[in-house]
Amino acid sequence: MIRKFTMTGLALVFSATSSFAATNITWWHGMAGRNGEVINEVATKFNASQTACALTPVSKGTYEEALASGIAAFRSGEQPNILQVFDAGAATIINAKGAVIPAEDLINKAGYTFDRDAFIDGVRYFYADSEGKFVGMPFNSSAPIMYINNEALKKAGVEAPKTWEEFEAAAPKLKAAGFIPLVQSQLTWQFTENFFSRNNIQFASNNNGYDSVVDTQLKVTDPNLIMMFDKLKAWADEGYFAYYGAGWNDNQKMFEENKAALWIGSSGSFGGLQKTAQMPFSATFLPYWGSIKGAGTSSFIGGAALFAMSGKSDEENKCVADFFQFLTSPEIQVFYHKATGYVAITKAAYELAKKEGYYNEKPAAEVGIKQLMLPAGEWSKGYRLGFYPQIREIMEREYGRIFANEVSVKDAFDTIEKEGNELLARFAKTAG
Amino acid sequence: MTNTPLPSTMSGTLAAPAAGGFFRRFRSAPSEPHFAKRVQFNSPLLPYLFLAPQMAIIFIFFYWPSVQAIQSSFYLEDPFGFGSTFVGFANYTDVLKSGEYLGIARFTAVFTALVTFFSLAIGLLLAVKADGVIKGNATYKTLLIWVYAIAPPVAGLMGMMLFDQHIGPLVKFAAFFGWDIKVGLDYNDTAFAMIVVSVWKQIPYNFIFFLSGLQGIPVSVREAALMDCRSGFRRFWTVTLPLLAPTAFFLLIINTTYALFDTFGVIDVMVKDKAANNPITLVYKVYMDGFRGNDLGGSSAQSVILMIIVFVLTIFQFRFIERRVHYN
Repeated sequence: MIRKFTMTGLALVFSATSSFAATNITWWHGMAGRNGEVINEVATKFNASQTACALTPVSKGTYEEALASGIAAFRSGEQPNILQVFDAGAATIINAKGAVIPAEDLINKAGYTFDRDAFIDGVRYFYADSEGKFVGMPFNSSAPIMYINNEALKKAGVEAPKTWEEFEAAAPKLKAAGFIPLVQSQLTWQFTENFFSRNNIQFASNNNGYDSVVDTQLKVTDPNLIMMFDKLKAWADEGYFAYYGAGWNDNQKMFEENKAALWIGSSGSFGGLQKTAQMPFSATFLPYWGSIKGAGTSSFIGGAALFAMSGKSDEENKCVADFFQFLTSPEIQVFYHKATGYVAITKAAYELAKKEGYYNEKPAAEVGIKQLMLPAGEWSKGYRLGFYPQIREIMEREYGRIFANEVSVKDAFDTIEKEGNELLARFAKTAG
Repeated sequence: MTNTPLPSTMSGTLAAPAAGGFFRRFRSAPSEPHFAKRVQFNSPLLPYLFLAPQMAIIFIFFYWPSVQAIQSSFYLEDPFGFGSTFVGFANYTDVLKSGEYLGIARFTAVFTALVTFFSLAIGLLLAVKADGVIKGNATYKTLLIWVYAIAPPVAGLMGMMLFDQHIGPLVKFAAFFGWDIKVGLDYNDTAFAMIVVSVWKQIPYNFIFFLSGLQGIPVSVREAALMDCRSGFRRFWTVTLPLLAPTAFFLLIINTTYALFDTFGVIDVMVKDKAANNPITLVYKVYMDGFRGNDLGGSSAQSVILMIIVFVLTIFQFRFIERRVHYN
């Protein structure tokens, strides 16, 4: 009898350990708050869906901190299996040949077939190499869109502008109605990078940096971009545009408090704005210039992608591939889309959300994905620029100086181009 | 990347409640042997053994990173460590030729001077006044001291709220006088707010040391001074202040390093992670280039430059200012 018990006990122990013998993989990310919780929910769903792999997500703070931690860990051989890297840091990790296994190779090696066409157009190139092979797996993706204070527009008797010309015509009426006509939250992403994508203008030489790091130069002294900022400055002086510094929330606040009529935010702001906005709002595409030929193309994808770090065992890489497959399934994409406001990245997921009637309920949630699905132009696919986080810092500094009346728009862009090109040259040396 | 010397000095101050005592013993022991107790170890190795843990910590956390920083300042390196190219002094010349860097250096110098001066001056004033209070002085002192328990980022956060462009009470107060403070937008306004918060945070520390320094001045000396001179102000300048000099000198060093390094948390919170056109200090620049920009060579060169600055400053302080300080 006792013997029988021991045997059953032993059998139980063995079965228990075998279920715990799942391959552990780790995922470092830079999301906090609600978005961080959603990542944990995604991981829980993945762990519940199979038994071979156990995924542990770890928050490393902000995007920048996640990248810095990932780099430090890689250098000491302690890298996670998956690292989330934001748009501006993409060049850093993609140019470090050997740091990552391209997502496409990883997935194909695990026995799945990777279908590039399954992804919506706007996300296909940003984290891919110049041949279109996916290096990073697009994850949380967003687009800069324009949020509209419905009452303000009604009061002023104007329609939501599609172009900046239309905005210019509507601005005096919005101001007369007692609103700040326009605020924005990130001049670099919304009025620089995506100025180039929406107006289909080249951002940097060497095919926006995709072809080579050597001799890549910024083209920020483009007369159209200078015109955009001359206008912004003139609008600020007229009271048609207000700038509250480089901090995202300081600017968003004016819209939330029903003081501004139009706000350029992120498609990902939608969820939070529903809670904080004091008035009904809707959304539409980021305006472009009707006067620029060929403008109105899709915007660059914002947000971040997941990278499979190299130097891991085959079993672990297989688990990462399984997870990437799981993550791009329509059900998970729709879940993530609804929970966070980031756009769905596959066509199938978009169709599913549409079929469920989600966009009838919340039309603003569809704007970002629609903007990313607009026809792509030659220059709306992406950019690949080294030390780009620092180049953004230079832009932020100079833009602040423009609005503080310390420097002219032309001089500011001359400085950005000069210092930016020095950084690009430095980066080319580190990669060389 | 850069190490503040605070931990080691803290242990020094813990050993001697009044800062003057620390330096007094340090300097006068050899010339006045009757103060020093003769202690002999049986084995010549034993003292080294006792020192080993401290040495290990200093070596691992101070010297090793410093050597690494010096080494990588001569290379241009891909962040992931795949390729590094020896570039000689190029990282240094790039940094020193940059107008931006020199501008930040200028701001750092002004910021450090102002923060050090005001936190010392206000700390001293409060200490002198608190020393004279007889009724309820414990409450009064505690109220002044407890600000020190606030961590720099929390202080920065509180400062940010006070100076918030939408809801800040201080902004509204200044608007009353016609001053439109725009922290985050206007370079000078942000600099002003940073200095105010940094000074506020440091006053209690200086207060504690000045107060204990004042209480270390013998009553007999004060009484003698009182008989000789009726002007309280003159008594302070000619008697009290010279006797406080050792404490003040110690605090000068501590406050300079505080303004140079420990204000990082305040600055980080106040610029909200986006420096843009706001003033920053050299340490913050090291962080931005190294940790956010992943330019290891460039930021290592900057941290070596900082090390040299601190080295030169410390030598200067000990050689030229300490000479004027009388310990006895």
